[in-house]
Amino acid sequence: MRYLPKSPADREEMLREIGAPNIDELFSHIPAEYRFKRDLNVPRQMAESEIIDYFKQRSEEMAAGFGIMLGAGSYYHYRPVIIDSLISRGEFFTAYTPYQAEISQGTLQAVFEFQSMICELTGMEVANASLYDGSTGVAEGVMMAVRLTGRSETVIARSVHPEYREVLTTYAQHQSMPIREVAFGENGRVDAKALDAAITDKTACVVIQSPNFFGTIEDVATIAEIAHKKGALLIVSIAEALSLGIVKPPTEADIVTMEAQSFGVPLGFGGPYVGVIATREKFVRQIPGRLVGQTVDKQGKRGFVLTLSTREQHIRREKATSNICTNQGLVALMATIYMTIYGREGMKELAKQNLAKAAYASGEFAKKAKVLFGGAPRFNEFVVQTSEDSKAINERLLDQKIIGGLPLKKFYPELGNAALWCCTELVSREQIDRAAKAVQK
Amino acid sequence: MAYPADYRYTKEHEWIKVESDTGTIGITDHAQEALGDIVFVELPKPGSDVEAHKSFGTVESVKAVSELFAPASGTVTAVNDELTTAPEKINSDAHGSWMIKIKLKNPGDLNGLMNAADYEKFVAEEK
Amino acid sequence: MSANDQMNSKIKKVTKHISQNEGLIFERSSAGKAAYKLAPLDVPEVDAAKLLGASLRDGLGNMPEVSEFEIIRHFTRLSTWNYAIDLGMYPLGSCTMKYNARVNEVVVRMDGLASAHPYLPESVAQGALRVMKDLSDALIEITGMDAITLQPAAGAHGEMTGMMLVRAYFDAKGEKRNKVLIPDSAHGTNPATAAMCGYQVENLKSNSKGMVDIESLAAQMNEDVAALMLTNPNTLGVFEEEIHKIADLMHQKGGLLYMDGANMNALVGKARPGDFGVDVMHLNLHKTFSTPHGGGGPGSGPVAIKKHLELFLPTPVIARKKDGNLGFDYARPKSIGRVKAFYGNFGMHVRALAYILANGPDGLRQTTEDAVLNANYIRKKLEDVYDLPFKSPSMHEVVLSHRLQAVNGVKTGDIAKRLIDYGFHPYTTAFPMIVADHGAIMIEPTESEPKEELDLFIDAMRNIAEEAETNPEIILNAPHNARVQRMDEVTANRKPVLRWKPEAGKAAAD
Repeated sequence: MRYLPKSPADREEMLREIGAPNIDELFSHIPAEYRFKRDLNVPRQMAESEIIDYFKQRSEEMAAGFGIMLGAGSYYHYRPVIIDSLISRGEFFTAYTPYQAEISQGTLQAVFEFQSMICELTGMEVANASLYDGSTGVAEGVMMAVRLTGRSETVIARSVHPEYREVLTTYAQHQSMPIREVAFGENGRVDAKALDAAITDKTACVVIQSPNFFGTIEDVATIAEIAHKKGALLIVSIAEALSLGIVKPPTEADIVTMEAQSFGVPLGFGGPYVGVIATREKFVRQIPGRLVGQTVDKQGKRGFVLTLSTREQHIRREKATSNICTNQGLVALMATIYMTIYGREGMKELAKQNLAKAAYASGEFAKKAKVLFGGAPRFNEFVVQTSEDSKAINERLLDQKIIGGLPLKKFYPELGNAALWCCTELVSREQIDRAAKAVQK
Repeated sequence: MAYPADYRYTKEHEWIKVESDTGTIGITDHAQEALGDIVFVELPKPGSDVEAHKSFGTVESVKAVSELFAPASGTVTAVNDELTTAPEKINSDAHGSWMIKIKLKNPGDLNGLMNAADYEKFVAEEK
Repeated sequence: MSANDQMNSKIKKVTKHISQNEGLIFERSSAGKAAYKLAPLDVPEVDAAKLLGASLRDGLGNMPEVSEFEIIRHFTRLSTWNYAIDLGMYPLGSCTMKYNARVNEVVVRMDGLASAHPYLPESVAQGALRVMKDLSDALIEITGMDAITLQPAAGAHGEMTGMMLVRAYFDAKGEKRNKVLIPDSAHGTNPATAAMCGYQVENLKSNSKGMVDIESLAAQMNEDVAALMLTNPNTLGVFEEEIHKIADLMHQKGGLLYMDGANMNALVGKARPGDFGVDVMHLNLHKTFSTPHGGGGPGSGPVAIKKHLELFLPTPVIARKKDGNLGFDYARPKSIGRVKAFYGNFGMHVRALAYILANGPDGLRQTTEDAVLNANYIRKKLEDVYDLPFKSPSMHEVVLSHRLQAVNGVKTGDIAKRLIDYGFHPYTTAFPMIVADHGAIMIEPTESEPKEELDLFIDAMRNIAEEAETNPEIILNAPHNARVQRMDEVTANRKPVLRWKPEAGKAAAD
């Protein structure tokens, strides 16, 4: 086996040193009836060229090279090439979690920069080193709010990503954390009156997404006021991180959870992505997951360490803020490099291009079908209602190498034949025109 | 470090000083030494109740969390907020760094506690 | 000999070399530099203020502005401050730091897979589904279980999923069991997970051999106990010899046996949890199946189960549809629900499958044998100078203790820091906690180390043991040769600085 660095003679010699007659001796304490005696029924050992061939075939069974007008929590943005050059350095991708600060300063400083940039972008005061993704981020945010307030209930907008809500339901089911959903109004925004009515003195937090699942930007300040008036915290989930380039950050929130996939992370059939949680400084002791802090070494030289670790499972065990251990280190590094590349000006320009593409596209679609939720601002997604079934439209578009919008019937049957479309900077005007034309039929 | 004679002590290394019906509570010098550099304390809110021998908060070093146990039952009347921003005070002056004051519920709670001499002996034996 | 010579004379693996200084990226930033160039917009420009109104953002504050080459230099310099498996042995116990094959990185970047949107119509997602199906089949065979979900994002996430399956199983049977037994040698994630699933944690004591104490288990096992969360081999690297009794004890009282598969690298091709009575288990693809640790993730924590838990698996599951294509099955009314958006860390699934294909049945078995051989070799070569608190046979890792060195004031954490000077990443310190005085020295070499590297490690550990006798100060102040010395963690915790802020008066003008 080509990864194994020992010759038969090495193995012989080591066995001799150990004093074992053969390798099976080292497994002899496994009860005989449980020793596995045959070959595993997995494919035979392959040459590298065969492995490449296998995956090339799998890759060809996919929609490589298609125009992608799907978003819904996973966004097709351009990935500058230096992201992969840098994260492919073995010192980054083959390192472990930076527990040993003296020989992990590279990872630690990069995470510190990640935390800093996330704070800058979200308007929060502290951010952690990452969570699994945006969906589990919502669940972790809610559990954090429950700990902070000593209350148990959650009120969540129905315009939060349906799969994020499903994940929250799964996490909450055994923790006595009831969840109430609040409808959206005509303009796609959360129904403020219904929200106000749903909050009680047991409500730990209100959860909204902005831009929400329909691409509509919520009125965060007003919702914050409603929540805070009744002593509940406001959690704002962001699925399209690039929106922060041009949309006002949710500074009125108490906790921001975010999916940062848009920042240079491949679509990759849904993962690995990178979740973020950010909050106010006064809540830092309840934040889940790892945190990197700046300090100095014995000689006064600046350096970084994992800190406030008494919150975590390896010390506090069943009383920990979360069971999270491994997070999304390398993906957070991708996001850090991406944020650095676009930076202060580029992210704004790029976000503005997305805004323009979606504005143009929604205008084109509106000529042939009904674009819903026009009464509030949106970023790069919009909902189109058609007389025809959305899946049939998408089928036709496949022939033109375009992946159409996400049919919403499964999640929102009340919207009829509706689909959620997305236009990033990578969707061309020509593709938009062709898609809008397909809707016409 | 001398253990003040007007304090009473628990086996979990807390001290309590009683003046009329108010008990002032902290941890002993022995405890702070065993814990090492204290980086954070979590204390109850004024108005909450604490129960004798039950945890009323935690004290943290870099890599450990330890429970704080109440020497007596009562209602919290004051919390030493200074320790939230300067937990190192506990290391430098454990017997002067009170954590909470409580209005005592049962004066009888104090009967089982050690005096300074007994506590000193207890600590010596524990070593 | 000068003090410096004395300190370094026995170090063979490394030589000090130049290390570049580099500030924070924010400190390189200045207005007008850029590392991007956007393609021209092919649709009409828009007035963002008009479209967004009050939601328009007013500037991006202190986000950096730097050029492309500065970014390359910045992160390249940072990277050189890290230790990595590519540089040398990374003997972290229970972490399985093995070689991360490069072909895995190539295949995961193939465009059809890398650019696959998770909501692609299934007709154009067959390749990705096939990868997930082939990996599932291989993992089911390797574990001897009946079914699997690839959805969990990491080990602890898999534990949570697994324990929710346990809970759903009893809920469906109408049984109210409220306790979970966890050995005192377990990972901290186990109790944290059990608590998240609404279970009370009951500690189970280990016996003098470091194994589950069968009598304690028999005494503590009753109809209130839902499951035992067992790591096997356990965190001492010891196979639970009485696993059949453990499984029987659990099953007789209607309980389930959960296995934390963190140490599966000791078993692949040699023993299967499904054969020794495990009902539910998670795997760590980032340990056993070579997906890179990436400086702290991403991981992937599939959960494999026996038939009686299948109805409860998270949605969706992969299914063969009527037309012969693969697809996702969402219609699962008894499911615990979803634990993550989409389908799991697919990129890790690709890499793990590539690893399995590169190995085949013979390679997987040889891998396990080499991992166990390496750990036993280290044990044999160190047990005369380091205390071996539990004498039971070791599998893929060996747990020593600092007992002999502690008499000179040298603790496991200090020895670990001195190893850095010798050119190694430290082993896992102070875990598992059942080793007296938090003195554990937990070493897992994995199969990836050649004999020469092992000999250097052994040599370093023996030298440090000698230094503990002759010159403990060297160890207590280590590392001496790293870029930075021991960090002031106390201040980092007391006065946390968790983000960069511009110096007063230097804030970017918006």
